[in-house]
Parts: sequence; C-alpha cells; structure tokens
Amino acid sequence: MYKNVLELLEFSAKTNPDKQAIIDETKSLTYNEFVTAAKSVGSSLLSLNEQNKPVVILMKKSVACLVCMFGVTYSGNFYIVIDSDTPAQRISSIFSTLSPVAVLVDKNTHETIKAVNTNVNTICYESASTYPINPDGLIAIRKRQIDTDPLYVLFTSGSTGIPKGTVICHRSVIDYAEWVTETFGISSQTVFGNQSPFYFSMSVLDIFSTIRNAATLYILPKTLFSFPLKLLEFIAEKEINTLYWVPSVLIMIANWKALDYVELPKLTKVLFAGEVMPAKQLNVWIKHLPGVFFANLYGPTEITDICAYYVVNRPFKDDESIPIGNACNNCDVFVIKEDGTQAGPSEEGELYVRGSFLGFGYYNNSEKTREVFVQNPLQQHYPEPVYKTGDIVRFNEYGELVYISRNDFQVKRMGYRIELGEIEAAINSIENVNACACIYDKDTDSLNLYFTGSGVDENTVFTKAKEKLPPYMIPNKVILVKQMPYNANGKIDRLALKKYTDTQKGDNKNG
Amino acid sequence: MDKLLKILENICPGVDFKENNDLIESGILDSLAIISLATDISDEFDIDVTVRDILPENFSSVAAIVKMIERLQDEG
Repeated sequence: MYKNVLELLEFSAKTNPDKQAIIDETKSLTYNEFVTAAKSVGSSLLSLNEQNKPVVILMKKSVACLVCMFGVTYSGNFYIVIDSDTPAQRISSIFSTLSPVAVLVDKNTHETIKAVNTNVNTICYESASTYPINPDGLIAIRKRQIDTDPLYVLFTSGSTGIPKGTVICHRSVIDYAEWVTETFGISSQTVFGNQSPFYFSMSVLDIFSTIRNAATLYILPKTLFSFPLKLLEFIAEKEINTLYWVPSVLIMIANWKALDYVELPKLTKVLFAGEVMPAKQLNVWIKHLPGVFFANLYGPTEITDICAYYVVNRPFKDDESIPIGNACNNCDVFVIKEDGTQAGPSEEGELYVRGSFLGFGYYNNSEKTREVFVQNPLQQHYPEPVYKTGDIVRFNEYGELVYISRNDFQVKRMGYRIELGEIEAAINSIENVNACACIYDKDTDSLNLYFTGSGVDENTVFTKAKEKLPPYMIPNKVILVKQMPYNANGKIDRLALKKYTDTQKGDNKNG
Repeated sequence: MDKLLKILENICPGVDFKENNDLIESGILDSLAIISLATDISDEFDIDVTVRDILPENFSSVAAIVKMIERLQDEG
C-alpha cells in the first residue's frame, strides 16, 4: 500500500536509478540524483522541527524547484510553489494566509523575498541541496506520516481577488496518478513536454505520473512558447511523446499553421484542460496528426486536477462543443438543478463531484470552504463532503457531460437564460476568428463580444453572429482587439476585459 | 524605424527598445507580445509575416526586426 508520494518516487529510483527523470534548460537529473538532492533539501528542513506545516518555494519553474517540492515532502511538511515573477503584494497576501514556517529561495529570488515584509525563516536552495542527508531523521518523520497528511496547497485567484489555497493530501495525488497511468497508458517510455506552471493544478498530472512510472519530464523553456516552429522542433528533437497543455497554446499553434512545417512522428498523446478547446483548432491538430490520441480533461484545482474526461473518438463540426465526457474511475459526478434535485437526461444543472481526489478545503478559510465543500445534497444520513464546482453542465444524447458555462457566466437577459460559452462557441467557429470572449455588462444589460482575428472585421463577425445565434443572444457590441488579455495560467483574463468595458463606458461619459 | 518603435511602444509601453539587444531573453517580448507584433507589422508594412519568420533571431532587437521587415518587403 502506498501512503506517501515519496514511495512512488523511490520505487522508480530503485527500478530505474540511472534514467533521466527531469530536464530543464540547464540541468538534468537521473532518478537517483533526484532522490538524493530531494533528501538533502528534506534533511536541511528537519531542523525546523515541524510537521504538516506550510513551506513556501519561491523559485522559477526548474529542476531545482521540483527538487525543493520533493524536499519539503521529505521533511514531513507541505509545499506551496510561488512563481518568481509574482508581484510582492500577492506574495504578501499568500504569506498572511499561510504563515509559512520557512521559505525556500535560490540566488535569483533571494532579493525578491526581501521586498516582501516577512520575518519568515529563509533557506537557500544552493546550500539546502548539498546538505548532508540525515537518514534516521527522514525515516523517523516518514513513520509518523499518514496518507491524509497534506502534500501541497495550491492557490487560485478568487473572484474577490483574495487568493484561496486548496489543501490536497498524499492520498488524492496517489490515486490521481494511478488513474492517469491506467487511463492514458503512462509508462517508463513516456516523455512529457511540460507546459503548465508548477503553481497550476495541471502540473500535478505531469509531475506525479512521471515519477510514478519512471517516465521523463522535460520542463519546456518558457521562451519556446513565443516561437511556434521552435516549440514543435524541440518536441520532435527530444522525442517528446505526451503533451498536456492548455488550449490557448494548442490554438496558437493551429492558428499559425505551424503543424504544416514540422513533423512530429513520436507524438502519441495530446491531452488538454483548463478552458474550452474549440473544435475548429482541434480539427487542425487531428488533420495533421491523425493517429494521435486526443483527450479533453475537465476538473478544478479543488479535485486535485481532473474529475471527468472525454477521449476524442468521433468527428466534430467546427461549431460543435467537445464534451467533457464521463467521470474518472473512482470519481463520481452528478448534476443538481436550481431547485436542489438531480437533473434528468439533457437537463442543465450545476456539477458536483465526490471521490478521493477531493481536496480538504481552503487553508485558513473556513467560510469559503463551507460555500463549496458541502454535504452531499443527495443523502443526509452520514457526513459526506462533496465539491460544488460552480460549472453548469448537462448530459448529451451520448450520455456524455457537456460543459455549458461557469455559474457566474450564466446571464438572464430579457427573460432568457443565456450561456456566454454558447455565444463564444458560435463566434469561434467563424472563419478567421482566432479567439473570443463574451462579457455581460449588467449596468447596461448588454453583451460585449471581444475577438482577435486576421482578415475578418467587426461587421463580418456581427453578420455571421446573426446567422448563428437566436436574436436574444446576439452581442450588442462586437469589438476587434489586437490581443486577448491572458492571466498567469494562460486563460483569457475576463476580469481585464470587464475592466476594459468599464473604462470605455467612462470615456463615453466624458466624451 | 519610427513606425516600428511606435508599434512596439503600443504593445509594451515604457520600454526603451533602442537600448535593448535582448528583447526575448529579458522577457520584454513574451509570446503574446510577439503574436500581436507580428500581426501589427504585417498590417502596417503591408508584408506577410508567416510562422517561418517567427524566430528568436528576427525579434531579438529592433535592428533584427527592421532587417526582417526589409527582407520581407524585398521578397514581396
């Protein structure tokens, strides 16, 4: 029985000690070297004399950062990864929620932490990673640990602007890595091309299914994502065969027609999650890589990473939505209508999830925890927390879940219930439209549609929208923008668009 | 040159582009900035910047971008 993720890593180190585990631009570690470095970091943290306490890692995405994540785990504590580019104000806000017992920095972030007003114990990676291993101390702390001890806390931006930190334990990640392995056939032959930041839940799939299966993980250099051909050439050259990326990157590659120029003979699996993947750009990928396995994964941070998935197994028209499919093995999803009862076939409702991937709630935030980690509404006989996703879904005629929109993206207008996601799907399918987002402005009761594209103007999009949408769903304003704002996770930044709408209104008033 | 600097300043306000010879590694031009830059250059200079031109050596400095524009104008 596995009860700690370190057992997964140590098993791989035993069976494949000299295999490349993790590789970044400047550094590469075998499984043996990885375990040794992580044990050193872990040993250096033993002097804190703490267990199950938060340790922040403030570092750039790198091999060293991964060593620290497992080092914190060796010390019997849990980690919180904060990117080195994070503004000091957000770091402070996270620190005040956590009260961490230590922060790990490297020579590049040593100055960053000084800008944050904190007296927390600062430990340098450079000295921690060469610290003498204390085998007895590491064994003693491991013996005291159980599988429901926290492994990490992952912060997401709350709609209010105050970040919420989801607590995830060893059990959830062990079970999740098991599911990923059996569902996607991950093995020691797998070579991941990691795109997701380590402070984003999608990285859990890359990292833990790698170490569980003695696979290899390439941390793709960030600058590659600016140069589509360089990115694809890198994947071909390193013989990367598995990708788990956000749709915005896959869309960018499809829009630039980059697949016309680079062959990817080793690529076998392309998984995506994090936002809606438009069928139009997915079809470009499928056309170029007909033998490749494509799957749409769905899930929030609060459920480790994923709770439902769909393997693309039939053709989709450019304006159709890709389903989010069915629940993962050992996960249960159900749909609850506004009146609190279970939705029937094809009825819309909010998606709820239960299962061992479920997080414990938000760190030091019982109020927000109670709002979404709730008693199972379908039974009141024994305590059973389930997660309320806030996502509106329904089952389609194939018995697959279809994502409709965020609860907060559902708009009531002229008596109609409107899904902003449905408007976006229609606009996305228009030729030469590259990306779009629809924002509802409550004050003026209007729908503002922002899009990027080349060779297509606002009038064309407006005319086509009228052909595709019922009258009450036609946007009031169609606005061509040079670039979509994206947040740190690579998703369209709707708050920024909303703010933009508000400034425009201000301008109009003044003018 | 002035037209290009204007485009660049629109995309990344407040950066001294003339002095900087490492726009990529320094992180000034991230992936989104390069995409909008390529689109703007195509429109403003009436050239066709394709994915084959989206390479680090063509965007590392203002001089490199100018060189790329001139080459594409000649080809066009």
